[in-house]
Amino acid sequence: MRLKLVPNETSFDFFGRWKLWLGISALMVVIGFASFALQGLNFGIDFRGGTTIRTQSTQPIDVGVYRDAITPLGLGDVTITEVFDPTFGPDENVAMIRIQAQDEAEAVSAETIAAVEAALSAATADIQFVSVESVGPKVSGELIQTAILAVSLAILSVLVYIWLRFEWQFALGAVAALIHDVILTIGIFSELQIRFDLAIIAALLTIVGYSLNDTVVVFDRVRENLRKYKQMELKDLLNLSINETLSRTLMTSVTTLLALISLYVLGGDVIRGFVFAMIWGIVVGTYSSIFVASTILLWLGVKRDWSKPTNTTGNQFADIDA
Amino acid sequence: MLQIESWKRVLVWLVCFGGLLLALPNVFYTRVEQSNDARAAIEMKGETAELAAAAGQWPSWMPSSLVNLGLDLRGGAHLLAEVQVEDVYAARMEAMWPEIRNALRDERGTVGTIRKQPSPADEIRVKISQPEGMARALEVVRGLSRPIQTLTGAGASDIEVRGQGDEIVVTLSEAEKLATDDRTVRQSLEIVRRRIDEVGTREPTIQRQGADRILIQVPGIGSASELKEIIGTTAQLTFNPVVARGTDPEARADVGQKVVPSLDQQGVYYTLETVPVVTGEELVDAQPAFDQNGRPAVNFRFNTSGARKFGDYTRDNIGAPFAIVLDDEVISAPVIQSHIPGGSGIITGNFTVEESTNLAVLLRAGALPAGLEFLEERTIGPELGQDSIDAGKVATVVAFVAVLGFMWASYGLFGIFANIALIINVGLIFGLLSLIGGTLTLPGIAGIVLTVGMAVDANVLIFERIREELKTAKGPARAIELGYEKALSAILDANITTFITAVILFAMGSGPVRGFAITLGLGILTSVFTAIFVTRLLVVIWFERRRPKTIEV
Repeated sequence: MRLKLVPNETSFDFFGRWKLWLGISALMVVIGFASFALQGLNFGIDFRGGTTIRTQSTQPIDVGVYRDAITPLGLGDVTITEVFDPTFGPDENVAMIRIQAQDEAEAVSAETIAAVEAALSAATADIQFVSVESVGPKVSGELIQTAILAVSLAILSVLVYIWLRFEWQFALGAVAALIHDVILTIGIFSELQIRFDLAIIAALLTIVGYSLNDTVVVFDRVRENLRKYKQMELKDLLNLSINETLSRTLMTSVTTLLALISLYVLGGDVIRGFVFAMIWGIVVGTYSSIFVASTILLWLGVKRDWSKPTNTTGNQFADIDA
Repeated sequence: MLQIESWKRVLVWLVCFGGLLLALPNVFYTRVEQSNDARAAIEMKGETAELAAAAGQWPSWMPSSLVNLGLDLRGGAHLLAEVQVEDVYAARMEAMWPEIRNALRDERGTVGTIRKQPSPADEIRVKISQPEGMARALEVVRGLSRPIQTLTGAGASDIEVRGQGDEIVVTLSEAEKLATDDRTVRQSLEIVRRRIDEVGTREPTIQRQGADRILIQVPGIGSASELKEIIGTTAQLTFNPVVARGTDPEARADVGQKVVPSLDQQGVYYTLETVPVVTGEELVDAQPAFDQNGRPAVNFRFNTSGARKFGDYTRDNIGAPFAIVLDDEVISAPVIQSHIPGGSGIITGNFTVEESTNLAVLLRAGALPAGLEFLEERTIGPELGQDSIDAGKVATVVAFVAVLGFMWASYGLFGIFANIALIINVGLIFGLLSLIGGTLTLPGIAGIVLTVGMAVDANVLIFERIREELKTAKGPARAIELGYEKALSAILDANITTFITAVILFAMGSGPVRGFAITLGLGILTSVFTAIFVTRLLVVIWFERRRPKTIEV
């Protein structure tokens, strides 16, 4: 007996209320964008400059004591958070201290770090500084630019690739889905104020890749069906294509999610934000390849006059030049 | 039909076997690492019984390349330094001044007396008392310029000279600045490398980044500040004539003179001639030593030209004090007792043994041509790295088991084929990583876990397609064949697009993020290979043996 996520034959109607779905997606994008615009992202030091110190101690952490030790140094905005994680042992008490960039310097100041470490060592016995990271404002500004450039470049090159391999309507649909995914991911990071650092950019690009993967598989089937059923109405044809690939879409999402969830639970707190972004992105990406990419394709319409001959299916590279 | 030529079969198995063999050393990481270290040591220092035993832990005929662990996994320090290339302009200008002075003196008849005017460090301003001789003066100074080779062509010279009223202004030309910048950064890189090598840490990464930056990563070092102590000091050693000694930091200094604090005597300031007699660049050796009172000191020796300059100066200035200056602080200012012809000497000061050793290292490696400013520094403790490795291992194993179980439950026998391919796939990723000397970082582990999840995608596409083809009942062999054929275009498109993003990530990212891009990209390559070739081969072999009339996917 096989485990089946979806029955062998499905005929869900994905486009019965396509305007509604598109509307919901648009609304989500607006909400995500608004959250980003109003609240802003909780940028990590990669993008904002400053210092983070990760401390570890066998004694329970009293944030107040830490704060009292650091405040006299007059370093401006200092955030102290205790970190909890199931992978920690009973006497592992971890805290993260974030200090804003000190405005006089382009570079990182070694004295600041030394002063903070000394103050904390005086306040708490057996405190260890397991990692100390400092980024100067000059570099953080450049990192933001590079990150924006990377995401834009990824979306642009994908646009070009799909345009070449399919038609421009497909490319627009795919890119709309990508932008949808990216904005929703940034939106949830700003809404929940999860720390947004360089690794999250990597996650964003992975989401772009994954979402695209999904979209391309659906589009590939759409293209095949367009040749096969020349008279079928576009809406029915899209529906058929999505139903045919539904089993695969869900299978891949589930296996990927299985892997990511185990990483989320067991992988430690250092990469939790990164893994969270990817889990979210895969859920959103799966949704968007059906409800955004295909819907936009339906909306834009497709050129049905495929002048190329269709009897090339026996050749395994039949589709390459289509 | 379902046929694969024998040579293709052999090739597929060879690739898998080769990949797994390359991955094997990583399973015995510590053992292979010790063995590699011992081999390197034998190469350097000759064989001892201990080293031979350590080297013997891993057979020499086996591949022994390991995946490099990134700093976030191994612990260590990371620094991004910016070379202050402008520093060099000032030194260049300073060296230019005597030349200009001598050249203009010869023309005293036309230009009159000359006087150096205060100016920014990267230019020289000279006032002449007879402005009508300006044309001649400019001509003379321009005559001092040297042509430089640039990519854009010849014709550029190293200085720009213009007249401004009764002043001559000399600056470095843009082309010369660019050339100087490049040379400065390359020299700095070399000196940083020498200093780190002197201390002898393992596998440091020292790379140039962009126009004027140096990236330094040293695994296993305690903290970034320790690393900065080694490389952060300019160690610019000069020997300057002393004009006066006093306690006023604002003491009057004429043009061509500067006021410099003493290193160990609080509140003491020296007024020095800016142009040094000799510089640390002419040192050939420096060793920690002790002076006649048994206090730590540093012995040094000059090269021939340095020795001559030093000898001439001490001969002509017996009884006058001169200063040993390190990074704009006077270490000591002894009075010249006698002519020192041999070109060697001793630097005494209030050193500890450690400081004198450190100073000797810095002097030997040479001075940094310019200061370094640190833009980014990260220290990762080894415990945190180990925790991350442990957590990553557990997560990978759990993810693996979950995906394997799920595939088996969904596709039965075909699922098992896919699972074998998946295991080979992860082996191949590690094999390739070792082969290209890639670095595994924490996000890189996430990339592998993600690949475990996504690698089955290609197989899923194929299996789903086979299921569909089976419905139209063309017989199992035909269905399998069509399944592979028709799924191919979707597999290629889907993976090429993901690969594009991995490439962009690699090109734009740095450090850990780049590690993620590497494993993701390699994972895409290996998963396409295993899905298209390995599972297909497994399915075909099974099909040939059993010849089933019906199959269930």
